[in-house]
Amino acid sequence: MTMTSKSLLALLLLSLVAPVFGAIAEYSFDSEAEEERFKKLTYEMRCPKCLNSNLAGSDAPIAADLRNEIYNQVREGRTNDEIIEFMSSRYGDFILYRPRLTFATFFLWFGPAILLVAGFVIVRRVMVSSQAQQGTETTLSTDEQERLSRLLGDKQD
Amino acid sequence: MNKRLKLFIPVAIFLMMAGFLLFGLTRDPNVVPSALEGRPLPDFTRPSLFADQGEFSKADFLGDILLVNIWGSWCIPCHVEHPFFLELTENEPDITLLGLSYDDSMAEDRLFLEERGNPFDVNMVDLGGSLRIDLGVTGAPETFLVDKNGMILYRHIGVINNTIWNETFMPLLEQIR
Amino acid sequence: MIPELGNFALVLALSLSLLLGVLPMLGVYRNNHLLMSLSRPLCAGIWVFMLVSFGCLAHAFLTDDFSVAYVARNSNTLLPEIYKFTAVWGGHEGSLLLWVLMVASWTYAVSLFSRNLPLDILARVLSVMGIISVSFLLFMLLTSNPFDRLMLNTPSEGTDLNPLLQDFGLIVHPPFLYMGYVGFSVAYSFAIAALLTGKLDGAWARWTRPWTNLAWAFLTIGIALGSWWAYYELGWGGWWFWDPTENVAFMPWLVGTALIHSLAVTEKRGVFKSWTVLLAIAAFSLSLLGTFIIRSGLITSVHAFAVDPERGMVLLTILLIVIGASLFLYALRAPVVKGTASYTITSREVFLLINNILLVVSTAGILLGTLYPLIHEAINGESNMVSVGPPYFNTIFLPLMALLTVFLTIGSIARWKNTSVDYLKNQLFKVAIASVVLGIIVPLAVTGEVNVAIMLAVALALWIVLGIARDIWEKTSNKVSRINGLKSLSLSYYGMQIAHLGMAVIILGICLTSHYSIERDVRLAPGESIEIGKYEFVFEGVTRQPGPNYEADAGEVSVLRNGEAYLTLYPEKRSYFATGSVQTEADIDVGFFRDLFAALGDPRADGAWVVRLHVKPFVFWIWLGAFLMAGGGVTAILDKRYRVRQQRTEHVESVSQAGDLPLPENA
Repeated sequence: MTMTSKSLLALLLLSLVAPVFGAIAEYSFDSEAEEERFKKLTYEMRCPKCLNSNLAGSDAPIAADLRNEIYNQVREGRTNDEIIEFMSSRYGDFILYRPRLTFATFFLWFGPAILLVAGFVIVRRVMVSSQAQQGTETTLSTDEQERLSRLLGDKQD
Repeated sequence: MNKRLKLFIPVAIFLMMAGFLLFGLTRDPNVVPSALEGRPLPDFTRPSLFADQGEFSKADFLGDILLVNIWGSWCIPCHVEHPFFLELTENEPDITLLGLSYDDSMAEDRLFLEERGNPFDVNMVDLGGSLRIDLGVTGAPETFLVDKNGMILYRHIGVINNTIWNETFMPLLEQIR
Repeated sequence: MIPELGNFALVLALSLSLLLGVLPMLGVYRNNHLLMSLSRPLCAGIWVFMLVSFGCLAHAFLTDDFSVAYVARNSNTLLPEIYKFTAVWGGHEGSLLLWVLMVASWTYAVSLFSRNLPLDILARVLSVMGIISVSFLLFMLLTSNPFDRLMLNTPSEGTDLNPLLQDFGLIVHPPFLYMGYVGFSVAYSFAIAALLTGKLDGAWARWTRPWTNLAWAFLTIGIALGSWWAYYELGWGGWWFWDPTENVAFMPWLVGTALIHSLAVTEKRGVFKSWTVLLAIAAFSLSLLGTFIIRSGLITSVHAFAVDPERGMVLLTILLIVIGASLFLYALRAPVVKGTASYTITSREVFLLINNILLVVSTAGILLGTLYPLIHEAINGESNMVSVGPPYFNTIFLPLMALLTVFLTIGSIARWKNTSVDYLKNQLFKVAIASVVLGIIVPLAVTGEVNVAIMLAVALALWIVLGIARDIWEKTSNKVSRINGLKSLSLSYYGMQIAHLGMAVIILGICLTSHYSIERDVRLAPGESIEIGKYEFVFEGVTRQPGPNYEADAGEVSVLRNGEAYLTLYPEKRSYFATGSVQTEADIDVGFFRDLFAALGDPRADGAWVVRLHVKPFVFWIWLGAFLMAGGGVTAILDKRYRVRQQRTEHVESVSQAGDLPLPENA
């Protein structure tokens, strides 16, 4: 894939998963880009204490503390990667809802694609073999034809 | 591959999955070990909970076995844990018990200690809240066991009682004493 | 007394289920007509006893009988009557009883509506369903009995139903969901029967299809209700979190969708037989997996039942037996001989195969993501646990669904066995152009922005809708009149188009609401307001109001539209007496094109509150699309071909041999 089409795809996928939390108005931002960054980070990080909830949607005190921390760091100008590194070094990869791509998570991220390719290989094989079968298909004799229509009832449905 | 053999793939996949599920039953999904276990205690400088009693830094505690307990008077389970710490500080004099409290409940925390007794050798306030985040604290009560070199050995979430102390903390303490 | 009766009814149901699991199957292999025909009355008996048992538990709740432990844990004297009733399935033991009641109901239904099924096949099917009943009844009676008593220390008051469950959602969501989950056991049982007889033919597919479609429709509604409930109950406007408990309901649905399409191919063309059987086993297996995961303490979720790993072991054993044995049977007995029918590259068979692959890969992806933290911990130890959340699931799932949509229109227009490429091009070329062009222009015109995701969603939705219109136009063009043409199309055809239309509606709903929802959390003093789009939300203040078993801070938010008075929203914050827990009750004004959502946050000084306000365009389309899909599924089974009358019974045996021959082309 060329660079442009890769980034287009990334943009497409990102926009498909674009988080939808509105600004928590008690946080104010200088730009929409900053606000988007804040939303993305709080949406994609897990509340360490809750039963499977992200930072944006949790009422727990620790979630509030971490939202504050992320807000401050975004305002300071830290990059997303730096903030993610900050959080995961303190709370473990557990806090990241988007698993890092490591040796251990390779099959997680690429497994479905591999399965899809395998699936299409199967489709191809099925199509090829059914094409081959086309030539050997037998046709019904008139008697068999009549018997068939009787068995299936009068109406075509 | 033999056609018939291929049909065994689903049952093979299922058995593999069942193996993982069986493993899953043996552990508690809510227990999340700290990312800091085996790493050094973060550097810090924080004031005492009690006014005019100065500040404390990490350097002050190197050379001692340190038990850092994050607590608050607003935290009900901490009340339950409180008597245990009162006993502990008597029975284990070589352990420095450090109480780390939140900065928005200082007055109530001081009152609590005055009324119910202060088990902590050191009382510190996490002014600004960043030490809690650096420690990866998720709530209260939480307790960190730190060895004499300032390395975090273990983080316990929740109330500590005698059973937990004997089963979990004692073996670790034996190693570092 | 009544709880004892309920318990005894369970034991009776178990005994009858044991008989059902054994005797008819024995009758099949001994060719004993009497034993086989015992199956029908046994089904009736099991159903009756399960109803009695359910009734007894309901009675215990409605009479505040706190000597029954389950009632004490899930009810309260102040609980409103309707919730006392629905609390029957508000916890683990009771919902399990509902589950078994569903199994009994489906089993009984199969016994009633199978006059055209040969007795030996029916006997096998019902026996398998009997075995399923046995497993879950044993599980209940041994580990999770809802009738356990607290005779010595009968509490005078119960601990109350979880306030989150004191809601309309609890009335509808679990029953529909379980009807779906359990309904797949019918397809499963038919699959096992087919493996046992070795007869896998068009007739088998024809028998299985209506049951599968019905189960699928129920599951569709059940999932939609769950999502809708989370949306308005949890107080912050989200409706799907890829939570493990949501995933385990969604996976059987995806495989079920693949199954209903695969059954179509097997019925019509006698191919993909072995694959269809595997899917039928897989769909119910995923239902069981879901039951296991939710009730065994395996995962962390607000929706997980609080149960212990010991019960998990018993459930895992059930899983091993039911799923493991059936997959093993499949490996041994599935036909390796292919169907003799052939088809070209651009035939409907191939497009449905692609449909199946995309759905199965999606399911695999979701399964992988859900179990990955567990797998990672098993392999790498617990020192660095990982989480897998929406970013992963969205990345994997959405592109696959987009691909599926592309093939959806082509597949529904393609003909069986052979479709000329020219025909496809003829039908769809203009549709494709129109979809892409309108997909770009319409969002641009309405919003003035370039948003690739929205354009893609609109284009895909149009691709479906225009494709449907084109096909209907084509199919009604050679008739006496268009109206005549429309009348000549079968219900099965309409069902398909309605369901596909539902898909288009859902795609639009999901994409539009995801991108255009506006959400604000603001601190407002009484009288202050905030503008969102053309709406102005004015906070009028909060008053204290009592409820039946709670006290509420009742807020009032006036909404103006384009400056004029429009409506009022009443969000509440309730403190429940029994548990002391505080619940946010959002108020939502549901509209066809947008929802207005208000919820109370925390109080601030001087009567000001933090208020959450959302404007969510098109979110209603999500539930609408789901209901259309379910409706389409039900419409399809009302088709006359499934209403086989008695006189065709004698044809059935011979038809099953002719099943491998190509059948007449059909829409």
